[in-house]
Amino acid sequence: MADGRTANGEGLSLRLSQEAPIPIDAALHVAPGEILALVGPSGSGKTTTLRAIAGLNQVTEGSIVCDGDIWFDSAAGVNRPTRDRRVGMVFQSYALFPHLTALQNVMEALGDRPTSARRSEAGTYLARVHLDGLEDRRPATLSGGQQQRVAVARALARRPEVLLLDEPFSAVDRMTRHRLQRELAELRRDLSMPIILVTHDLEEAARLADRIAVIHHGTLLQTDDVTEVMARPKTPAVARLVGIRNIFEGTIDNDRDEAGHVMVAWRDHRLETKIGSGFAAGEPVSWCIPSDSVVIHRRDRPSRGERENPVYGQVAEMVRLGETTELVIQVGPPDAHPLHASIPTHVARRNRIAEGVTIGVSLRADAIQVMRREAGDDAND
Amino acid sequence: MDWPALWLSLQLGALTVAFLLPIAIIFGRWLAVTRIRGRSALEAATALPLVLPPTVLGFYLLVAFGQAGWAGELWRRLFGDSLVFTFEGLLLASLIVNIPFAVQPTQRAFEAIAPELREAAASCGMSWWRMFWRIELPLAWPGILTAMVLTFAHTLGEFGVVLMVGGNIPGETRTIAIAIYDRVQAFDDLGAARMSAVLLLISLVAIALSYGLTQKIGRRHG
Repeated sequence: MADGRTANGEGLSLRLSQEAPIPIDAALHVAPGEILALVGPSGSGKTTTLRAIAGLNQVTEGSIVCDGDIWFDSAAGVNRPTRDRRVGMVFQSYALFPHLTALQNVMEALGDRPTSARRSEAGTYLARVHLDGLEDRRPATLSGGQQQRVAVARALARRPEVLLLDEPFSAVDRMTRHRLQRELAELRRDLSMPIILVTHDLEEAARLADRIAVIHHGTLLQTDDVTEVMARPKTPAVARLVGIRNIFEGTIDNDRDEAGHVMVAWRDHRLETKIGSGFAAGEPVSWCIPSDSVVIHRRDRPSRGERENPVYGQVAEMVRLGETTELVIQVGPPDAHPLHASIPTHVARRNRIAEGVTIGVSLRADAIQVMRREAGDDAND
Repeated sequence: MDWPALWLSLQLGALTVAFLLPIAIIFGRWLAVTRIRGRSALEAATALPLVLPPTVLGFYLLVAFGQAGWAGELWRRLFGDSLVFTFEGLLLASLIVNIPFAVQPTQRAFEAIAPELREAAASCGMSWWRMFWRIELPLAWPGILTAMVLTFAHTLGEFGVVLMVGGNIPGETRTIAIAIYDRVQAFDDLGAARMSAVLLLISLVAIALSYGLTQKIGRRHG
């Protein structure tokens, strides 16, 4: 899909690679109006990638093309300075000019037009982020959330061809963060440029982005729809990065089920999947399942669903986190990697689940993802 | 009270500030942002007049400015006049002596500007000049102001270098600091006391002005 869209020249396409100081190997296309979240742990290279798009740092090789304009091309020796790329950048620290008012901060992004024209236009940008009435306040007298809105207004006032957001919600409290996220979601309906959001927060990426790109050690591991990345990580590394704890090693069974789906031999079990192709019999694989797709069997009234990949084990640990309860279930030998399950707290209570109790769970076949095993991978058998 | 000496000192101070202001801004900003390898050596050289005894500095300047010195020779070719024991020579010496007082606070002021602000300015599409005038200079201004007040106050009080390079010629090189020394030598304690009081007052006003303005700007920046 990404490559198909590159052809018409709309949106932002980039291909970056370098060995040092921070290794980067990334290729991306972001369509107009699309929000792509660049997700990865700190030091993964996501901010380096974002800054390279803005021209704030340069990578050794690659190209950045925005709406057909070449911003950077190492082969052709093109490297436009930041001020000649139309980027709207919201910095993690907002980087507001402290000696200027909110209005003046926005006015600085409006070029060399007459002051009166810039003033009235800056006012409309501030109104768009609900800051009317605070035009004459200096950044230090604004709350964190208000400062962030000034930064967004300033970035939009640049009339950017790409909007770059570097962890824009990390410096505010949780309540403000949710409000700002909702405001961005509303704002984006009127925005027609590609938007790249850098975040280490998967939940935030899932709330705001159309697609997410998982980056680790500077390498883009998977770029996909949010739900796809969460449910169908392509590699164990991606699975780990999206927070899946149930990652195990198994082998593709010689037999398939009646519908032709592959089955995975794991410990003493033969797990059904909904995966039809891509793996050969006897191939060593990694497989994973999100902990909320591990369904516990009801004690009082067994259901038909229990025939789906039933697994039995002892509850080794039980932690209640509000509405959900996290279980660590020991399946097989005590030194084997346990299975994690998240279940609604009322379900745990109704089934009288406690530490030490032996329970049965079903691993939902449609939630099992089978992945090629990685060299040096530390998945669990 | 030696009014001509006071007037000469004030002129010297004002001219020193006027000449050093652009030099300090250009050089101080450059030192603040440059990543060249010789930066530490340059900074050390800038600080040299701070640690050198004024008489030692004065001696070297006297040698350089004199008839046989390269600076004196050059000056005579250009303007047909001597550099030692003239107001021009005194001003030149004052500029050199005051380099650390002017450059260091200015450099610190530019260093204190967060790098993201320059990056934000660039991503706003601002040209280098616009960024300098609208962002950097206003933010660095309190530091620059401090540098200029220090330079002015230090020029009024400079003694050793002035005596070595300028001598004690009334109306030409006799500054207020030299005049005070002169009065004490002549057992005119009252004259020395009056001039000292005037110098103290001027210094106090300068410092108070600098602090007041810096604080006002600081409040404005929040």
